[in-house]
Amino acid sequence: MTSARSAAITGIGVVAPGGIGTKAFWEMLTAGRTATRAITLFDPSGFRSRIAAECDFDPAAWGLTPQEVRRMDRAAQLASVAADEAVADSGLVTGALRPDRVGVSLGSAVGCTMGLEEEYIVLSDGGRQWLVDHHYGVPQLYGYMVPSTLAVEVAWRVGAEGPVALISTGCTSGLDAVAHGAQLIREGTADVVIAGATDAPISPITSACFDAIKATSPNNDDPAHASRPFDRDRDGFVLGEGSAVFVLEEASAAHRRGAHVYAEVAGVAGRSNAHHMTGLKPDGREMAEAITVAMRQARLGPGDIDYINAHGSGTKQNDRHETAAFKRSLGQRAYEVPVSSVKSMVGHSLGAIGSIEVAASALAIEHDVVPPTANLCTPDPECDLDYVPRTARDHRTDVVLSVGSGFGGFQTAMLLARPGSTG
Amino acid sequence: MTAAVVTGVGAVTPHGVGVEAYWRGTLAGRSAIRPLTRFDPESYPVRLAGEVPGFSAAEHVPSRIIPQTDHWTHLGLAAAAMALEDSGIDPGRMPEYEMAVVTASSSGGTEFGQHEMVNLWGRGPGFVGAYQSIAWFYAATTGQISIRHGMRGPCGVIATEQAGGLDAVAQSRRLLRDGTRMVVSGGTDASLCPYGLVAQISNRALSDRADPERAYLPFDAEACGYVPGEGGALLIVEDGAHARDRGAGRIYGEIAGYGATFDPPPGSDRPPTLRRAIETALGDAGIAPGEVDVVFADAMGLPEPDQAEADALTAVFGPRGVPVTAPKTLTGRLYAGGAALDLLAALLSIRDSVIPPTVRVGGPVADGLDLVLDGPRPARVRNALVVARGYGGFNAALVARASG
Repeated sequence: MTSARSAAITGIGVVAPGGIGTKAFWEMLTAGRTATRAITLFDPSGFRSRIAAECDFDPAAWGLTPQEVRRMDRAAQLASVAADEAVADSGLVTGALRPDRVGVSLGSAVGCTMGLEEEYIVLSDGGRQWLVDHHYGVPQLYGYMVPSTLAVEVAWRVGAEGPVALISTGCTSGLDAVAHGAQLIREGTADVVIAGATDAPISPITSACFDAIKATSPNNDDPAHASRPFDRDRDGFVLGEGSAVFVLEEASAAHRRGAHVYAEVAGVAGRSNAHHMTGLKPDGREMAEAITVAMRQARLGPGDIDYINAHGSGTKQNDRHETAAFKRSLGQRAYEVPVSSVKSMVGHSLGAIGSIEVAASALAIEHDVVPPTANLCTPDPECDLDYVPRTARDHRTDVVLSVGSGFGGFQTAMLLARPGSTG
Repeated sequence: MTAAVVTGVGAVTPHGVGVEAYWRGTLAGRSAIRPLTRFDPESYPVRLAGEVPGFSAAEHVPSRIIPQTDHWTHLGLAAAAMALEDSGIDPGRMPEYEMAVVTASSSGGTEFGQHEMVNLWGRGPGFVGAYQSIAWFYAATTGQISIRHGMRGPCGVIATEQAGGLDAVAQSRRLLRDGTRMVVSGGTDASLCPYGLVAQISNRALSDRADPERAYLPFDAEACGYVPGEGGALLIVEDGAHARDRGAGRIYGEIAGYGATFDPPPGSDRPPTLRRAIETALGDAGIAPGEVDVVFADAMGLPEPDQAEADALTAVFGPRGVPVTAPKTLTGRLYAGGAALDLLAALLSIRDSVIPPTVRVGGPVADGLDLVLDGPRPARVRNALVVARGYGGFNAALVARASG
């Protein structure tokens, strides 16, 4: 008998706009409530898009020490709190684990961009000096420059001494980091991997760069309804922030210790469109290929998929691209299965959102409820699938397909399955 | 999968553009560390660096892409094209989903980002350019290489600072095991703009010596930090059976073993883990320490990390048990490009049966190391071990083995 190793999710931690902690996150999603609002993290006057989905996050209240708060960029703070929750949720005592068998795989698209920008402002004296003044350099500045610091902080927290990496494939980072963690478990390099993603990009430089390409919604007068995936009246994505972190364990070991398993990572594949750094072809070809390969790996077919957690960013080209990809890879099943985008509620937190969506997917399996696509009132005629408009739905959910699409042309598809539901 | 082999190499380094410029400079023991020229470093305590001389983006990067990308990506696109040409692979004739790109990124498009922050904070939000969103982020180089060469497989980006080059190559080997035929892998870095340099200065590991000959002296009693550099290497990592079937012109070597570990936090009473990374890599390669012919050291250039590395090597190989070298003493540390370039050096050592020197390191050298000093040492190299460490505690070790 062969005993193929697989990765099970045994702990979930979420810090998302609208609520800190997995429970608050899930309540918000299933209520169909949106967390998009006018930006408070900086003064957005003069920006095209002045709205975002922000976390009401006080790091001290969530257990970070004063030195940790000083040292860590906001993205690291979010990830630390999410990691703590995930570990507590899993019931594992990290001190009792073999450190060499514990790994970390954290995703982030833009790293410590807030810290980098804040320090730049001081060092350049408000943008005045090209030859920035090193006398004003804080000790943690180098840690901000290298995004790997985010993985370092999480590894220190959990005492990991196995393989540790920061995965940075833009907006698919959150899925790719979970995929990498699952791979480490499958190949036997680690028995436990703390995997997930974080991003805190609600800052002037990030807002300005999306303004420049008109990717974000300028619906500043009605932020609560600005993120409108698959809706005819959408006008771009709404920037978000947050983190979701998981405890991944080798499935049979998790079973032996009687751990609660939310879902197993049944299959995952990435493909690239090699087309354009930001542009998507309307045919969804490479995402469809990723979905097909992920199904093959999981030994599942279109008929096994109960719910699709879409990328659903709320840009016209994305929504049409992935709708085409679902039809291309799943055929008739694409029309039968509920599809929704949580970005309608928590915004698009770049590299973090893939993991936040894995959390939503695992919780859909846990509760047999699929979250809705908020703000979907007038469907885009070219998006003709069942996008679960506005209201969550009770729905038997054993297998979820979660997809991501990002700058660079990267497309990732992951299948999560209730334990025992696959062959 | 049979084996992960390297069938093409490309490099853009402080020794110049191209693999042979790198190797000639390295074997000659010629230092490429010089006063910084990309900006006036007079006001900074660190004024030396390993800059890439004579690199013209116009010669290596499509003109439309040049203004859309950072210098770091220019170097990556150049090295990738060289590696592909060297491999003899025509991407247009390969299955599109079986080609991938996995690069290491240490700090992204730092110089591009500083320019756009000047636009934002000096002029206003409306002055940030349309390409900031695709030039600065850490995935830019992987994305641009994928697009340029039509590679639609499972691409990736790994950030583990200076360990990244080895981690990226190891990830490529995983992809081959899952059915990808070839991966463009390795890394480049270019963080020599004022903000990039000042950020590096803040980690208190850079040498502030003004004499290029004495600035970066790993394992030496006078070690006082390292010199930063730019550039790196990209390699074509290919499925061995496929490489043979297509009649690949040269197989530089096999990626035979790999191990990665992470050190406990500062102040912990637990021991460091570099030794375990090395032992894991040897075990993965199925070889004993005595079968390793050379070690390319991480060579941080600071007393404590140097001693820690020397201790790990001595624990695995015994006192003076294996030749150790650090050709990066000539170029500085290249971050995401550094370990990939050391792996290239290891492959060229295998090819040419010669170990490149660690220059200007005098003594007394850390006890127990057989450092290859002063000049190249002829040696038959079948197994070369490359060691790399990334800021914060990352350790990686990789065994490159002669093919056949």
